[in-house]
Amino acid sequence: MRTVAVVGASLAGLSAARSLRKRGYDGRLVVVGEEFHRPYDRPPLSKEFLAGALGEADLALEAHDEDLGAQWLLGVRATGLDRTRRALRLADGREVRVDGLVIATGAAARRLPGADGLAGVHVLRTLDDARALRDELARGGRLVVIGGGFVGAEVASTARALGLDVTVVEAAPTPLSGPLGAAMGGVVSGLHADHGVRLLCGVGVKGLSGERHVDAVVLEDGRGIPADTVVVGVGARPCVEWLEGSGIELDNGVKCGADGRTGLAGVVAVGDCANWYDPRARAHRRVEHWTGARERPDAAVATLLAGGAVTPGVPRPPYFWSDQYGVRIQFAGHAAGADSVTVEEGAVDDRDVLAVYRRAGDPVAVLGMNQARSFTRWRKQLAAATS
Amino acid sequence: MKIPACRLADLPRGEAFRLDIDPPVSVFHTDDGEFFAIDDTCTHQDASLADGWLEGCEVECPLHASKFDLRTGAVDAPPAKRPVRTHEVVVEDGVIHVRLSTDAPDLPPCVASRLAGGSA
Ligand SMILES: Cc1cc2nc3c(=O)[nH]c(=O)nc-3n(C[C@H](O)[C@H](O)[C@H](O)COP(=O)(O)OP(=O)(O)OC[C@H]3O[C@@H](n4cnc5c(N)ncnc54)[C@H](O)[C@@H]3O)c2cc1C
Ligand code: FES
Repeated sequence: MRTVAVVGASLAGLSAARSLRKRGYDGRLVVVGEEFHRPYDRPPLSKEFLAGALGEADLALEAHDEDLGAQWLLGVRATGLDRTRRALRLADGREVRVDGLVIATGAAARRLPGADGLAGVHVLRTLDDARALRDELARGGRLVVIGGGFVGAEVASTARALGLDVTVVEAAPTPLSGPLGAAMGGVVSGLHADHGVRLLCGVGVKGLSGERHVDAVVLEDGRGIPADTVVVGVGARPCVEWLEGSGIELDNGVKCGADGRTGLAGVVAVGDCANWYDPRARAHRRVEHWTGARERPDAAVATLLAGGAVTPGVPRPPYFWSDQYGVRIQFAGHAAGADSVTVEEGAVDDRDVLAVYRRAGDPVAVLGMNQARSFTRWRKQLAAATS
Repeated sequence: MKIPACRLADLPRGEAFRLDIDPPVSVFHTDDGEFFAIDDTCTHQDASLADGWLEGCEVECPLHASKFDLRTGAVDAPPAKRPVRTHEVVVEDGVIHVRLSTDAPDLPPCVASRLAGGSA
């Protein structure tokens, strides 16, 4: 292979580029990224960076003396892939001929239809989003967060610590019931009330009101919640539309095997845009967590360099963390399919909990709130039990 | 300075013992039977490496998965970017001791400022 291109210059793309070099690839390496920034870390955007405790330099994912010998094409979007000529098309008209391709274009924040052009309305995915939101939160006032998922909950927590008046609106009966199940979703989202944040559940958002600047969130039941700032935290969609017509199968992201391989030889997908086959769940799963974007590219790169002639190892169960209201939340495995959840340590009321999810008696997932030590033990056991 | 940590019999293979000094230090007993001591606090954020995932001569931070080499303190990949300080382990009369390094510790900003505040 003489040229490998990595599209997407964030965690998964950088991890893939690193793995390529570590595994001895010494050909031309091109990294294409739509953002102008060098790879940076997103988790602090809703936490320490938003709170003003970390600066932009602290977000860098590269070591300051790191040199991967790559050609960085930043501030330019990939717009297509011509499979017969093996050519990557860029928005500025350039073309890169590739022998190998790593798709790492991640996900983009979902927006609220009709909210564009109204000042005071934010999403949070990129550094530029975070800068704008940080400046706005610094003015204080009333914040309404639409969506009670992890990013929304973290923004609520950070804003509350900054002294804002915060309301979270969630369409489902309980926030986080998708990833955590209803019972534990309720426990974790109980943190909002503990810290004086209003949580309105089971009601959808009809729209926003305001002339040029937002002044309220209008709910489907007709209520209006006054707001100086609104954060829309309703999830993310995989950035794969640029691959339409390329012959790569798209289904909730890039559909790929357990090692990231796609149906096209020499093309793998990694990170938030990849809908991997999960051998434990015997299903395809698109997992939007940091640790997967950091670890899985190595398997994909091994496959790419070996021309597909390697047997993928079984990846560790998916893992994520979240920091809310000073509580460290950790989760590993899949909650879906569990038929029981039991608290093994700590107490729900203290928000100090280790809970184990089981299916037919076998552990399938574990949740920890401020329980790092036992959480690690359970996580290890989970990995061993199902590998 | 050489300080006793725990009895040899109390630290089975695959386990870690945290010594609650300031900053805390942890002793690891690997599956191969070797002992290592490093600063317990991850250089990225306030997490205890004794709570981490021990594999061979490496410990993975329990929070964000950076891995530290117990022999050298070196870190493999971000989010942690700086190595942890290592210490010498001395076993005498069935007791594990740590000979503290005289190097400056490499603590995450949040912990370093707390310690600086505490000693001021
Ligand atoms: C605010 C926030 C907080 C988070 N907190 C946590 C947390 O606490 N714990 C956790 O486990 N995870 C967390 N995550 C999730 C984690 O950050 C992601 O899983 C991770 O960033 C995924 O990395 P990625 O490289 O796959 O995708 P991304 O980080 O989304 O990067 C994809 C990159 O590709 C670029 N791109 C897209 N399309 C194109 C194109 N056509 N051409 C060129 N470039 C393109 C994008 O501009 C982007 O820079 C958080 C995410 C956010 C947004
Ligand atoms: S706290 Fe150790 S890697 Fe983040």
